[in-house]
Amino acid sequence: MIRYFFLRLAAAVPTLLIIITATFFLMHEAPGGPFDQEQALAPEILSNLQRSYGLDQPIAIQYGRYLKLLMHGDFGPSFKYKDFTVTELIAQGFPVTFTLGVIAMALALSIGIPLGTFAALHHNSPADYGTMSFAVMGIAIPTFVVLPFLGLLFGVYLHWVPVAGWESGSIRHLALPVIALALPPLAYIARLTRGSMLEIMRAHFIRTAFAKGLPAHTVIFRHALRPALTPVASYLVPAVASIMTGSLVVESIAGLPGIGRYLVQGALNRDYTLVLGMVIIYSALLIGLGLLVDLLYAWLDPRVRH
Amino acid sequence: MKARGFVGDAARRLSSNPAAVVALYLMSAIIALALLAPWINPNSAETLDWAHAAARPGMQSAHWFGTDRLGRDLFVRTLAGARMSIAIGLMASLISLFVGVSYGAIAGYFGGRADQVMMRIVEILSGLPLVFFVIFLTVIFGRSEYLLFLSIGAVGWLTMARIVRGQTLSIRQQEFIEAAVASGASSSRIIARHVIPNVVGPVVVYATLMVPQIILFESFLSFLGLGIQEPGASLGTLVAEGVGEMETAPWILVVPGGFLAVLLLCLNIFGDGLRDALDVKET
Repeated sequence: MIRYFFLRLAAAVPTLLIIITATFFLMHEAPGGPFDQEQALAPEILSNLQRSYGLDQPIAIQYGRYLKLLMHGDFGPSFKYKDFTVTELIAQGFPVTFTLGVIAMALALSIGIPLGTFAALHHNSPADYGTMSFAVMGIAIPTFVVLPFLGLLFGVYLHWVPVAGWESGSIRHLALPVIALALPPLAYIARLTRGSMLEIMRAHFIRTAFAKGLPAHTVIFRHALRPALTPVASYLVPAVASIMTGSLVVESIAGLPGIGRYLVQGALNRDYTLVLGMVIIYSALLIGLGLLVDLLYAWLDPRVRH
Repeated sequence: MKARGFVGDAARRLSSNPAAVVALYLMSAIIALALLAPWINPNSAETLDWAHAAARPGMQSAHWFGTDRLGRDLFVRTLAGARMSIAIGLMASLISLFVGVSYGAIAGYFGGRADQVMMRIVEILSGLPLVFFVIFLTVIFGRSEYLLFLSIGAVGWLTMARIVRGQTLSIRQQEFIEAAVASGASSSRIIARHVIPNVVGPVVVYATLMVPQIILFESFLSFLGLGIQEPGASLGTLVAEGVGEMETAPWILVVPGGFLAVLLLCLNIFGDGLRDALDVKET
């Protein structure tokens, strides 16, 4: 198992390097550059700017320099946000996005799993149908429709919560964005848990546990739940990816100062270093999470260990 | 007793699922409405009616669903947006279908080393947030509708490839494939004539479920300003427009947003119903 983990870890590094390389060269191949403006800059100014950012060098040298900076944890200066380094920009916004994502993920797991289990244990009851209808809505309706609709209802009409804003992360400001962000993974987790729970409850070892005379809650929590959670574990990485994508729109709708806006803005502005930094942060997070999920998997399902 | 074919059997099971039937009717009505919109309502999507800018919805007024800030009719614009979204959903699904089915069938049929490498690529790609990849593509190659089809389609094929590969692996073991090999058929012929026709069931189900995913993805990109551009409209751009107006003129948000939600809900429910009717296991 430990050997397997280190093999995966060793594979993660080249994967990340490939991503960095591909993004770097694709960005530089793109037509247009970071200094494009309505009015073209004078050639001397342009060449000065390019020299100060090292853009006049051959691309291979730029690439080498960038990797060297990266080794020191430095993402380089931003092209568009003058006077800021990419590290500073990301360090400013990251806590917001991270807080939002972690709460949403916790919400999705802590409601989705019990909901799915409950639905499975009451198979074909109104509660089951209700849960599954809710799940299909959560999966189908996009975050950028859910959040404004919630804002319209609870913000504009009922005045319970503000429609937008951050206010250093007060619960009232965070409530709607977090709910909107959590909804799709929550629905998906409920569905997955229900499906696998239905299957597990028909397994022989569950019948045996009941036959031994164990009480229902012991069978469910001690025997059934753990193996039933393997599909949920393998969904964790896509779930985080879905929350990351969701945070792009949620932050822009609710006006939160996270890092989501840097990706789209950075790409439109050809802010090479900013986009690269964002891609590296997101990919590294997902790859690292994938490793953790492998470990979790081995804990949930002993057959994987061998 | 009359023998029923595979299709008849599935249709019977589907029609005993009330939610799926309702979704199918509603979905057909929405699509028909979107296609027929120009004949139903005389307003054009881009006509500016300054006298009725940001007009409230109502059956008595000339604009049933109200107008936006520029006085453009929301009913017509929403349906034009729906037309665009549906077209992109179908086109991109077809691309994903084509790429995914051929890729999966090839990997599954040849197996061994080729399969390992090909599926490893799929695994790496599906581990990445592909939205970011599409954002790149749209930025690098400019924002054209063709590119939107292509880049969304290129992202959607991964699941399809995985499903088709799994099915192909089990089909490959069967005797009729052996017979085809023995009678000297080439690999490409076997894949096209014997493997692919036998994976139609799951492929149809996942293609159906892919359409709403792609519509959602397209409207997401358009919402971010990376997809369809003004004055063209997709449901995503219309929702984005509505979000800015929601405190003063909520119908600009509610009409296209509600429309998108209902459309996606129907497509998903119908897809789920089809999956249950054809009894396809998720892998």
